[in-house]
Amino acid sequence: MMKLNDIVIQTTTKFVLFIILAFSIFIFFNGHHHPGGGFIGGLMTSAAITLLLLAFDFETVKRILPIDFKILTASGMLIATLTGMGGLVFGGPFLSHTFGYVHLPFFGEVELATALLFDLGVYFVVVGSALTIIEMIGGDQ
Amino acid sequence: MFAIILNISAVLIVLSSLIGLYRVVKGPSNPDRVITLDMIGVNLISLVAVITLILNTTAFLEVILLLSILSFIGTVSFSKFITKGVVIERKRD
Repeated sequence: MMKLNDIVIQTTTKFVLFIILAFSIFIFFNGHHHPGGGFIGGLMTSAAITLLLLAFDFETVKRILPIDFKILTASGMLIATLTGMGGLVFGGPFLSHTFGYVHLPFFGEVELATALLFDLGVYFVVVGSALTIIEMIGGDQ
Repeated sequence: MFAIILNISAVLIVLSSLIGLYRVVKGPSNPDRVITLDMIGVNLISLVAVITLILNTTAFLEVILLLSILSFIGTVSFSKFITKGVVIERKRD
């Protein structure tokens, strides 16, 4: 059988991957006031890595992205739980959140909420569990 | 006037998707079905755009980009399954 040439899908992936990653980061930070959030942002990031897996193979993706996704899931759970514990430290009930207005040097006045840290935990858990499932059942032997 | 045009275009998009659905059910080979499912995805994107204009909101604009990304990845994975037999390879030689 003739050897198949994948140059079109690989070159397309090298451009489209960064658009999908930028869109996932945008939709992650967008989630406080607009549709979006940690769940769909994590799904978009795992879709980008899935596209990388489709265009290349497991060995290459493991070499350029040396992350154990089960550890990523566990660290996301840890971040979400520690964010809930932070409410206990300052004398409120579990999972109580707060927000404040901070002046950043480049962005000007932004509203920073501790719900963003909880959302970061959700993001890590979604990316880790989705890519663990794909890694477990997707490969051939 | 503008609302009538939007409704007519929504009906035409739905009719086009129904014709594509006929090809999905009847299609003689699997690549026909994959191509038609990709076409239905594009029709769905344009239907979301028209519905955004009808409802006069900007809350659905992320859905358009999301559907296009998911439709692209789905079509790529189906075509890789048809040509190679596996979706994700262990080691490329």
